[in-house]
Amino acid sequence: MTQNAKYALMDASPRVSEWRRFFRVFLGRKLVLFGLIIIVLFVLQAIFAPLIAPYPANTPNLPSALQGPSSEHWLGTDALGRDTLSRIIYGSRTSLEIGLIVVTLACLAGIILGTIAGYYGGWTHSIIMRLIDALMSFPMILLAMVITALMGSGMRNVIIALSVAMMPTYARVMCAQVLSIKGNDYVIASHSIGASNLRIMIRHIIPNCFPPLIVLATMMLGSVILVEAGLSFLGIGIKPPTPTWGNMINDGRLYLLTLPILSFAPGFALMLLIFAFNMVGDGLRDALDPRLRGII
Amino acid sequence: MTTYIIRRLILAIIVVFIVSILVFCAMRFLPGDPILMVITPTENREFTEQQIAQVKKEFGLDRPLIIQYVSWVYHTFQGDLGTSILDRSPVSEKIFKSLPITLHIGLCAFVIGIIIGIPTGIICAVRRGTFLDTLVTSFSNFGITVPIFWLGLILMYVFGLYLKWLPIMGYTSPFIDFGLSTKQLIMPVICLALFPIASNARQTRSSMLEVMRQDYIRTAWAKGLKERIVITTHALKNGLIPVINLSGISLSLIIGGTVIIEQVFNIPGMGRLTLTAITNQDYPYVQGIILIIAWGVSLINLLVDLVCAWIDPRIKYS
Repeated sequence: MTQNAKYALMDASPRVSEWRRFFRVFLGRKLVLFGLIIIVLFVLQAIFAPLIAPYPANTPNLPSALQGPSSEHWLGTDALGRDTLSRIIYGSRTSLEIGLIVVTLACLAGIILGTIAGYYGGWTHSIIMRLIDALMSFPMILLAMVITALMGSGMRNVIIALSVAMMPTYARVMCAQVLSIKGNDYVIASHSIGASNLRIMIRHIIPNCFPPLIVLATMMLGSVILVEAGLSFLGIGIKPPTPTWGNMINDGRLYLLTLPILSFAPGFALMLLIFAFNMVGDGLRDALDPRLRGII
Repeated sequence: MTTYIIRRLILAIIVVFIVSILVFCAMRFLPGDPILMVITPTENREFTEQQIAQVKKEFGLDRPLIIQYVSWVYHTFQGDLGTSILDRSPVSEKIFKSLPITLHIGLCAFVIGIIIGIPTGIICAVRRGTFLDTLVTSFSNFGITVPIFWLGLILMYVFGLYLKWLPIMGYTSPFIDFGLSTKQLIMPVICLALFPIASNARQTRSSMLEVMRQDYIRTAWAKGLKERIVITTHALKNGLIPVINLSGISLSLIIGGTVIIEQVFNIPGMGRLTLTAITNQDYPYVQGIILIIAWGVSLINLLVDLVCAWIDPRIKYS
């Protein structure tokens, strides 16, 4: 096949050019590419933490406590002699794990509530959306704080608290999407051939809402990780000794004058990861649907 | 317009009502006995069944839930938010002592976010692609990303401990010592203002770019108007609507941020009060504080919507 014929074939098939356009826009920006690389590195590091980390995360080694950066401990050691670099590596596990679970739960709940509210309209819409409005009147971190406080700290409760705090944003975007889609011809057509409401929602409406949902989920990963770190920093999230970046920043506060790296290093990792998620989210938005600019 | 205001007010009242029910239910149905509203968990272990029943009766916890709710709301509207478990002092007293502190910091951050964020966004949109634009865009990407507690610690290290320019913690009322108060506020306010500055700049830039492409702006240019007039009287009116819409969210984020920042800089505001109440399991406090904050945020959202409707006549009043 000649080169020209190949291109002609590609142009004739809209699917291929759609993907090509997506990747061209998505990977075309250096910052997005940078973000993507950072995320991949963090994920790999979280998965292979025991292989990469030079020291165990939680074994105290008092003789070598509170050391500055050296060739043995690249980022120094904390008050119990634990290696900061290793704890940052293990901390990325906690952050990413919580981020993924919370975003999945919040997405599912948000999609279900948003779709029901948008699809049925009327009273159902009013009731669900007022509930969402009420939940949104609590600042996110405060809502998460109060729920964790009432249920007790620990991984499971932090996950529940963060999911409840994140869900309203998702439900609201979903509802707006469904409202804009449900008047389309293909939805009316499925009605007329007797498709059930559930089938229309699952087969036709939800798949067509995907672009903004993916963008929102990516950006949300960043904010979930940030709020989780905030909770740990305040001491009401995941309790020590589990290494989380928030815990580490808080522990390092005591030695701010002598060993600022104890707080600065995990904070930098945190910032880098959130930055990466925001950049990739921006890139996805521009590549999937530029009209979403300003909405998400 | 009047119908819109009335409709919006009714919505706000409904939301405020649901908020109060959520707070009330959360305190009673989540794990943990409502008796903890009255006595501390340590006391609870020493109490006999009879004494607990006595306390329940005394605080009205044996009444039906609806009656408990109505009486709670009734007292709340009278400014009585219950008494603290720890020191038996009225909750409202401490809340109203720490509220002005948080408002002071929060409003400073909010105003700075507007004063710096919006003009920067406008300049970036007008001078798109210049060095300044790139600089500000990168800065905003940083501003919406950086964890404020980490930034707080860095500022504290650099300006407080290393350069010794600013006091590292505490709060003084501006009416007592204005100079010291301002010095103490600089770092916390910078931390809190960073996000609003960055998000206002981003939002203003992108919505101004959108507006500047429209036909009526081209007409304005074609009429030979000066750049300043085109931007301020023509483009800005439409360009700022999304930014105003966003300001409600950024205020709510500032309030959330104060919880963390007050902890970092040791400021005795609402955020610190919340945290102390939560760690001490002082539920009447938690209940009172979150109710007031949530009502505050609903009020802000109402104001934002009304301002938008007032500025933008295209918003449907039906």
